[in-house]
Amino acid sequence: MDNTKCSGCTGTDPKMQEILNTYVQDKSNLIQILNEVQEYYGYVPEKAMLAISDYLSIPMAEIYGVVTFYARFTLKPKGKYHIAVCLGTACFVKGSEKILDRVKERLGIDVGETTADGNFSIEATRCIGACGLAPVFTVNGEVYGKATVKMMDEVLDKIMEEIK
Amino acid sequence: MKSLEEIRKIREEKRKELDLRVNTAASTGEKHILVCHGTGCTSSKSPKILENLRNIIEEKGVKNCKVIQTGCFGLCAKGPIVIVRPEDVFYSLVKPEDAEEIIEKHIIGGEIVERLLCKDVDNSVVKKLDELGFYKKQKRIALKNCGVIDPENIDEYIAFDGYKALEKVLFEMTPDSVIDEITKSGLRGRGGAGFPTGKKWSFTKMAQNEQKYVVCNADEGDPGAFMDRSILEGDPHCVVEAMMIAGFAIGANKGYIYVRAEYPIAVKRFQKAIDQAREYGILGKNIWGTDFSFDLEVRLGAGAFVCGEETALLESIEGRRGQPRLKPPFPANAGLFQKPTLINNVETYANVTKIILNGADWYAGIGTETSKGTKVFALGGNVVNTGLVEVPMGTTLREIVFDIGGGIPNGRKFKAAQTGGPSGGCITEENLDTPIDYESLKAIGSMMGSGGLIVMDDSKCMVNLAKFYLGFTYDESCGKCTPCRVGTKRLLEILERITEGKGEEGDIEKLEKLSRNIKNASVCGLGQTAPNPVESTIKYFRKEYEEHIRDKKCSAGECKALMKLHIDPELCKGCGLCKRNCPVGCITGEPGKTHVIDTDKCIKCGTCISKCPFHAIKS
Amino acid sequence: MISLTINGRKVEVEEGSTILEAARKLNIEIPTLCFLKGINEVGDCRMCVVEVEGMRGMTPACITKVTEGMVVQTATPKILEARSVVLDLILSNHDRKCLTCTRNQNCELQRLAEQFNVDEIEFDGERIEKSIDDLSPSIVRDNNKCILCRRCVAACKNVQGIGAIDCAGRGFTSSVSTYKELSLNDVNCTFCGQCIEACPVGALKEKDSTKDVWKALRDEEKYVVVQTAPAVRVALGEEFGMEIGTNVTGKMVTALRLLGFDKVFDTNTGADFTIMEEGTEFIERLTKGGTLPMITSCSPGWVRYMELNYPELTGNLSSCKSPHQMFGALLKSYYAEKMGIDPSKMYVVSVMPCIAKKFERTRDNMQGAGYDDVDAVITTRELARMIKQAHIEFTGLEDTVFDDPMGEATGAAAIFGTTGGVMEAALRTVAEKVTGKSLDKIDYEVVRGEQGIKRATLDIGGKEVKIVVASGLKNAQTILEEIKSGKADYQFVEIMACPGGCVMGGGQPIRSSKERATIDIRAKRAGALYTIDEKSKIRKSHENPVIQKIYKDYLGEPGSHKAHELLHTTYVAREKYKLED
Repeated sequence: MDNTKCSGCTGTDPKMQEILNTYVQDKSNLIQILNEVQEYYGYVPEKAMLAISDYLSIPMAEIYGVVTFYARFTLKPKGKYHIAVCLGTACFVKGSEKILDRVKERLGIDVGETTADGNFSIEATRCIGACGLAPVFTVNGEVYGKATVKMMDEVLDKIMEEIK
Repeated sequence: MKSLEEIRKIREEKRKELDLRVNTAASTGEKHILVCHGTGCTSSKSPKILENLRNIIEEKGVKNCKVIQTGCFGLCAKGPIVIVRPEDVFYSLVKPEDAEEIIEKHIIGGEIVERLLCKDVDNSVVKKLDELGFYKKQKRIALKNCGVIDPENIDEYIAFDGYKALEKVLFEMTPDSVIDEITKSGLRGRGGAGFPTGKKWSFTKMAQNEQKYVVCNADEGDPGAFMDRSILEGDPHCVVEAMMIAGFAIGANKGYIYVRAEYPIAVKRFQKAIDQAREYGILGKNIWGTDFSFDLEVRLGAGAFVCGEETALLESIEGRRGQPRLKPPFPANAGLFQKPTLINNVETYANVTKIILNGADWYAGIGTETSKGTKVFALGGNVVNTGLVEVPMGTTLREIVFDIGGGIPNGRKFKAAQTGGPSGGCITEENLDTPIDYESLKAIGSMMGSGGLIVMDDSKCMVNLAKFYLGFTYDESCGKCTPCRVGTKRLLEILERITEGKGEEGDIEKLEKLSRNIKNASVCGLGQTAPNPVESTIKYFRKEYEEHIRDKKCSAGECKALMKLHIDPELCKGCGLCKRNCPVGCITGEPGKTHVIDTDKCIKCGTCISKCPFHAIKS
Repeated sequence: MISLTINGRKVEVEEGSTILEAARKLNIEIPTLCFLKGINEVGDCRMCVVEVEGMRGMTPACITKVTEGMVVQTATPKILEARSVVLDLILSNHDRKCLTCTRNQNCELQRLAEQFNVDEIEFDGERIEKSIDDLSPSIVRDNNKCILCRRCVAACKNVQGIGAIDCAGRGFTSSVSTYKELSLNDVNCTFCGQCIEACPVGALKEKDSTKDVWKALRDEEKYVVVQTAPAVRVALGEEFGMEIGTNVTGKMVTALRLLGFDKVFDTNTGADFTIMEEGTEFIERLTKGGTLPMITSCSPGWVRYMELNYPELTGNLSSCKSPHQMFGALLKSYYAEKMGIDPSKMYVVSVMPCIAKKFERTRDNMQGAGYDDVDAVITTRELARMIKQAHIEFTGLEDTVFDDPMGEATGAAAIFGTTGGVMEAALRTVAEKVTGKSLDKIDYEVVRGEQGIKRATLDIGGKEVKIVVASGLKNAQTILEEIKSGKADYQFVEIMACPGGCVMGGGQPIRSSKERATIDIRAKRAGALYTIDEKSKIRKSHENPVIQKIYKDYLGEPGSHKAHELLHTTYVAREKYKLED
């Protein structure tokens, strides 16, 4: 994911066209295309949805229905630092909820939100498969295992220092 | 493209070369350093370990030593794991900077790096993998190749009987005899419900249609289960091969595997396996000159637990919201794109090639009367050896938790274990000796499920646990049918009320009535099982519910709203651990003297409880 | 035939029947909510669950097909408890403001609550407050009342092929939503109103115009004129408990007078004008090489659909306004002049079976005489409400007739209210104009009936004319794609937005799921219109003396400059989605 990509000009974005061109015009490709769009832009921009709607002849309401059904798709860009706390059972049993509470408290935002300055966003994930390291959280994909509230604090402090 | 003869030749030659992987007495003179590249170890920097090892070997010009990436060894708690073959020396908790010492001391010097050896539960130092208690009671069938071969190298798969079952099926068997074999083996669906696999295959074969599909369900949704991911990461070809065998048996020429997008490594390796199989002419048209053609496609899930339900999965492959379809018609008659479709999960497929090669009788000889073979469990929670274990059906929970899992850490007591994830129920001390199979787990109010096995110690509140699971199913309910859509929300609300000290008399009865009817009236497996954690915790821990409701008390100390933390002066030794770990600094006290919590400042995070070695902090 | 046992009683039904249908044969009632035959057969709400021997759990009776020897239980205590919990859960998440709901007394959920003896909500809890969309001129969408049955979604997406609404989100937070919760005004909605007809509760309704009409009626300065569409008279009686398909023209006219309208006219007269203009336009295009096929333009939902989805084909649309707009323009010009009424004081109300007409009257180029052709559109349902509000005992009213001089209409105009009717009416006039001879047979059976698409090749004066009649927008799409791809060689096309035509319009009385499954409502209402046609003295528009007189005295020839000014309109291309950037 690269947050520096222009989100407004997806309609004429050659990348969007490139993504579409790799798929035949079949409705069953909707989720595959959305996955690529999410991966590339870090979210699903409106213009991407319009382009898909046109390409696959699917009404926008249906695309919106699909995007809002699957947790992976987001309609807003994520923060520069995307923090995902695992709430899978193994992590939960080992206290990941407290870590999530802490990051929410520190950043003043809820799960699924991005801070006003666009620096941070929080996600509660369901099992990233690192159960052996539970509890875990990730920052932009980098895994922090056997995590504690204190570790989260330290990681946040460090990032905030860097931003300054 | 490779001819069948060429493939056989690869198998023969490569097998010799790789003998050291499974034979400590192998005498090729080579050494292989296996570095775990499962998701767990990868996230603890195992790729960096591999890189360092390779660089140092090159730098130092070490001969006859290769560094290989493998799938998961299972003991994730001790990762990253590095194993040196053929001597089978097992290094745990390896760091990238340990690479030099491993090469220097072990490979060149021939001396074991003692400090990287693993300590077993009894503190004994273990040199070899199978000396660990963790491995002793395991029997690896589905996970046979995981941790043995390089999953990204088709030749290594072929070396260990890879695509030999396919050869046998195509040249020596008929679709009916394949199905017979699977039926006789007693294999049942490993995704959760345990439907007899042979029956499923035969239903799909009987359905008349030009076009049929084989689908692999790799949308492993149970949070805390990761065996399917491990198989795809560690041995993707065994799933490719099994899907082809299934395609031959039911008369399908196309397969889809539906994998969670959250499993990037698995997706990448599986795609690579498909590409390699195509390159070798194993996937494609008229395979090995036969009439049989087959190809595979990967479809990504996008984060919806319900897509693990087979009809929701089909909807998702077709590009729609993953909302389950009503059954009947079953997928065997009208599945993907309304064509007859066979759907099995990853672990089920992982057993197929072994059954074909070793025979149904061999497989049926393992396990219990009604449940044959082995089952992989993802052991997690409050247990020492977290990781992936494969045991014969009929193994008791006690063996898994205590003998394999090494028991409960931090001197705490076992309270309960949850199988079946959010669809399952909890198992208490009294049922620990139940031999695990589909029926016995159901009888004690739980279920096999996909194999998540979460252990809980006595610091866990069971009402809170039920709330956690309901929070999950509430979140993951697709919203299609009323009982699940609104019912899970109402269950969750009642549980929230209870854990917040606002429970009322009659709440337990309300939970019971609602649970019963959600189960009866919901469309799919998600709703039909969502109340299980509530029902089973009420069944075994009714007193905890009553305590929350009547006394506004949570003995385990997990329900924050009911918690007032204080330090028991008789137990406190004044070690200061709580003070040092408190994130808000509300604990005061001189070293060696009783510490005190300022309850106004306390945010009830519970860190001090888990840190106190003397269990002096009480709620 | 399949034989099965329900509650211990044997029954034989045709293969392919559902348990619900089999039970109905035995007079065993099974409650339903999300089920809408032929439209929404999903088994999601779980109100109709039953137990079948040998089947795991409970299964929905509405869509489970019967099998030989099946043994079904429909009302065990276990089933009844499950249903009552399901109902309780639906109610717990429903805005229970029945007293102020338009569907009070005609709500499938309310009826169930009564049947289940609900005296409290056992599992009450949080309900997510949702904003109400009342920005469009036609539809009000109140998601607080939505019970997620998705009948509207199916009607919009599967029947009409539009997909303006769909299900969004998931689980408890899921809702029926437009793209990003935009107003229906800002998305690809055509305002056909089939969603309203499908809704079992009050989550979807027409935008109310009765208050405006009452205000006009109270205003002594205003000369308030009302006109009624053909389909209204064969459905209005249903709102007062009368048999479906009863022609209540006489009572309706009386009731409108009692409500205080100064004049009560018949939109059918407007329809006769439409035939004159459209017929002339067609002959002109046919003989002089205009854009063909020509497509009818009297269904505003259809016109909007075209503008949203096929703007490149609007040249194929007839430029004729729809009958009530033509009539409104004539009222404010010819009639106002003749009667010496100030047209700015004239207030024209149209009673329509349609909610898209509410939108149509706000379109550009709908001011033929310099004033809005029509000032308010109310639906059949709204008229019924006004009559009830005035405490008029409808069923006991005497029959009276429309006012002169614009009350005369032909049988051809009456059948405008059903699919194929406009085509048939037009053919009667076109054939005679082209051949110059009087037709022996004026019934065009080929364009009648329930099929969504009806194609025919006719011989008109030795010339072969290919026609097609489609109703329902999904069928319309099929025809348009044929035209667009050049595959079609039709000359004349009739399209109605609503399946079955105006008798099944979005403003018509709402019938329950059970009625829709067991009664052919369309056939009954359409049948009444064909009876009116049959019994009419004059059955061809060009023979209507009122029409002839107005052309002679005022408009000149059909298609004249004046006729164009008053009776024709223009079309625009519309963006399907109004987005922020």
